[in-house]
Amino acid sequence: MIHQYKLCGYNIVLDVCSGSIHAVDDIAYDMIAGFEREPREALISALLSRYADRTTEDELNGAYEQLLALKAAGKLFTEDSYAPMAGALKAKTAGVIKALCLHVAHVCNLNCSYCFASQGKYHGERALMSFETGRRALDFLVEHSGSRKNLEVDFFGGEPLMNFQVVKDLVAYARSIEPETGKHFRFTLTTNGMLVDDDVIEFANRECHNVVLSLDGRKEIHDRFRKDYAGNGSWDRIVPKFQKFVEARGGKGYYMRGTFTHANPDFLQDIQAMLDLGFTELSMEPVVCAPDDPSALTEADKPIVMEQYEKLAELMLERDAEGRPFTFYHYMIDLKGGPCIYKRISGCGSGTEYMAVTPWGDLYPCHQFVGEEAFRLGDIYHGVSNHAVQDQFAACNVYAREECRTCWARLYCSGGCAANAYHATGRINGVYAYGCDLFKKRMECALMLAVARQLKETE
Amino acid sequence: MIEIKTVETRNLCESAKNGGCGECQTSCQSACKTSCGIANQNCEKKESK
Repeated sequence: MIHQYKLCGYNIVLDVCSGSIHAVDDIAYDMIAGFEREPREALISALLSRYADRTTEDELNGAYEQLLALKAAGKLFTEDSYAPMAGALKAKTAGVIKALCLHVAHVCNLNCSYCFASQGKYHGERALMSFETGRRALDFLVEHSGSRKNLEVDFFGGEPLMNFQVVKDLVAYARSIEPETGKHFRFTLTTNGMLVDDDVIEFANRECHNVVLSLDGRKEIHDRFRKDYAGNGSWDRIVPKFQKFVEARGGKGYYMRGTFTHANPDFLQDIQAMLDLGFTELSMEPVVCAPDDPSALTEADKPIVMEQYEKLAELMLERDAEGRPFTFYHYMIDLKGGPCIYKRISGCGSGTEYMAVTPWGDLYPCHQFVGEEAFRLGDIYHGVSNHAVQDQFAACNVYAREECRTCWARLYCSGGCAANAYHATGRINGVYAYGCDLFKKRMECALMLAVARQLKETE
Repeated sequence: MIEIKTVETRNLCESAKNGGCGECQTSCQSACKTSCGIANQNCEKKESK
């Protein structure tokens, strides 16, 4: 299967199943488009009349031979032979858990109306996780991690810094058991910034592999949703803290993570606002909410968002050329060293290798399912008991959805987000088509950027 | 001259032979939290590439 497109002056040909990518001129682009549906002579003859001023029959035959060689080398028109392997990784690692999202605080000091976690409460009671519950969660993770060495733990909420002492104590506990268990914990903290101070910065920079800092970009956009309970926007209070935080990270991982909604489909202006504030590791996510929510993205927003993604890619190329590069989370792609095929077809891992833990120790397939009682998997004391639901998640993979089987982007999204699918269709193995359209556009931009950068390197 | 430049990429078919160690990050863990994508993840098994 081939996916070919033109973007920012590049003609990109993706051989979906091998992962090979070719940057070609217009003539080769058209030749590849017709390669499988037209006989050689007819194709060359048609191209010769279309490009008479630019090429010759000999050149066209040479290019055709090149395509034949690429096909023989498994770099073009590669057949999909992966379907039988779709369940292999999950079957091999069945019962192994390697990542937990610890909901240390189902409370929040902001009252963002678009919050998928309903202001941190996840449609339930306000609660803080005790140290004892958190410690048991970490022990549960170690007990179920099999031979996995790297274990990931996110401190999430609500606002996790509203339970900072427990966060610190849990990290100290985890570090204390690393030598005896042979495990290595990678911690991540997601925060709205309100409680960031020197103590938090020092702790996070010492212990956290990554920090995710919530900022929506422009002050007026950010303050529209990200308000405190008195109705005051938080931008003025958090931005100086985030700037200090990021400066002190000294190159360690962080993301400024924004959400764009119906209020700002022109989110590139928010990316620009983050850049103007000195941030360079950026992420902007489409809002996750019910379709009838006023902040939900509409069909009319979609072309705007698509154009913004393209303009963002153009901006990144410009900034590269100026020696001022920046990172956009969804455009990060390592063509030479990305995930293996098993990972690409296995689905996201929610409910199997990754689970969320509530303040009282209940297990859910991921943070986005917390509060959906039907999806409760069990708890950290007795393990997974709801095997029927877990089996559904274990069966989620690229080939479980008819729409994905023929989608060119399937080896980059791994079948999509189960929570998005559930909220859009009522089924975790449904397809959230709007999200797919945005994802495909992001992948086209990401691949183009990676190609552009690699070609510049080799020039 | 008709231009066909092949960019260097990981051979996904080859990765079927030595991949699947499972050490890599869970998909939306630690970053976006609201959408799935594995394109931006790293392989933890460096020697396999």
